[in-house]
Amino acid sequence: MTSTEDFTPVVDWATDFDHADPQYNRNAHAIWAELRGTCPVAHSERYGGTWLPTTHEYVREIAYDTENFTSRGVVVEKSLPLEPAPIGGAPPITSDPPFHIEARKLLLPPFAPKKIEPWEPEIRKLCNGLLDAMMDNVAQGKPIDAAADYAKRIPVNVIARMLGFPLKDEELFLEFVHNVLEGIDDEPEIRIEKFERLTQYVIAQIEDHYANPRDDLTSYLMSVELFGSKLSVEHVGGSIILLLIAGIDTTWSAIGSSLWHLANNPEDLARLVADPSLIPTAVEEFLRVYAPVTMARLVAKDHDFHGCPMKVDEWVLLPFPAANLDPLVFPDADKVIIDRAENRHSAFGLGIHRCLGSNLARLELTIAIQEFIARFPSFEIAGTEDDVVWSVGQIRGPREMPIQVIDSRI
Amino acid sequence: MQIHVDAEKCQGHNRCYALAPELFDVDDYGNAVVIGDGSVPPELEDRARLALANCPEFAITISE
Repeated sequence: MTSTEDFTPVVDWATDFDHADPQYNRNAHAIWAELRGTCPVAHSERYGGTWLPTTHEYVREIAYDTENFTSRGVVVEKSLPLEPAPIGGAPPITSDPPFHIEARKLLLPPFAPKKIEPWEPEIRKLCNGLLDAMMDNVAQGKPIDAAADYAKRIPVNVIARMLGFPLKDEELFLEFVHNVLEGIDDEPEIRIEKFERLTQYVIAQIEDHYANPRDDLTSYLMSVELFGSKLSVEHVGGSIILLLIAGIDTTWSAIGSSLWHLANNPEDLARLVADPSLIPTAVEEFLRVYAPVTMARLVAKDHDFHGCPMKVDEWVLLPFPAANLDPLVFPDADKVIIDRAENRHSAFGLGIHRCLGSNLARLELTIAIQEFIARFPSFEIAGTEDDVVWSVGQIRGPREMPIQVIDSRI
Repeated sequence: MQIHVDAEKCQGHNRCYALAPELFDVDDYGNAVVIGDGSVPPELEDRARLALANCPEFAITISE
């Protein structure tokens, strides 16, 4: 199948879906609801064969089944990943048992709650700096872009600081992330070339850390041992690439979607402004409804999945956000209830690959909303919904979101 | 009331630690552990149930 055929617009989501079609993320909730009722495991010939389960039960089952589904590939693309299981190209996210837990154990401690909590003052300062930079436009009554100039800037700055990478390279990191996650239309050779630039950049940073060791995540990764020896440069580099890629688009999307909701639902905004103690509960509801991450797996061996003949090396999208909207698990699943007390959502995945950065993401999201609504207690989308640009691919969130501030403080 | 965390099921989402820090702690890997012997004083029983209802991995159980 040629690329031209691959990217024709989707007509039937049940038999020919394409998560890179611009209509997919924009209309995701409606598409998932339709599929859940009519075709709970959809199939498309695109990308060499791709499955899309949309119920909580099926998403959960696949997430737990590491025998029939491998994490060797977690971003659906036209070619198969080069690196074999069980390690994969960016351990531990691309790794399978039994290797997976060994690589994961190295990364869990620096992302455990008590190591992440101390970042709070710095994140708050960062958010306020970004808000300060918007005040000129706000004072002149001009719209601000809450996605590109706020949500996007927070995680990229935090992860660069954690890794000890030059903050001036912010635009470069953003370009790398875009290439990997949104450049899925690229032909394989272009993708490989772009990925090589990222690899070379990371290797240069690792070399700089060899020459000038310092107290950061990169030096930590270079110092830890696996099976009695230091990690290979490939492993350190792969893990850094994972942290860069996985830590930026995702949190950016979660912050952006949450602000998008508040811009469109003034009663929820007013309620959080009046009672900020409700924000942590509201954040969980935003994570449920607007969960940004759809993971992927490759079928590890031919097998029958609830009547679906899955073939080895076919892709399986794992839409955790669709699972979060399943009415069999969540009462009033399609309603955003910002004080929903019981919220067993799976925004950060299920099973052994639970998002490593979930504690950091929650902290960034909570602070980003606290500071934004404290500064701007009333705001709305400037223009129409067509002025909001949504991402393309497995990470769902607004990429451009013009906001008209109605009321600002300070 | 007694709470338990199944260490095999817990993946470190930390919902219990956020919702009921009087009852749950986290280890160096970010996985949940019950504080003390896991017995829940009457005034914290609602919090224990809330933690159970928010665990994505169904790792918490309560016995009474």
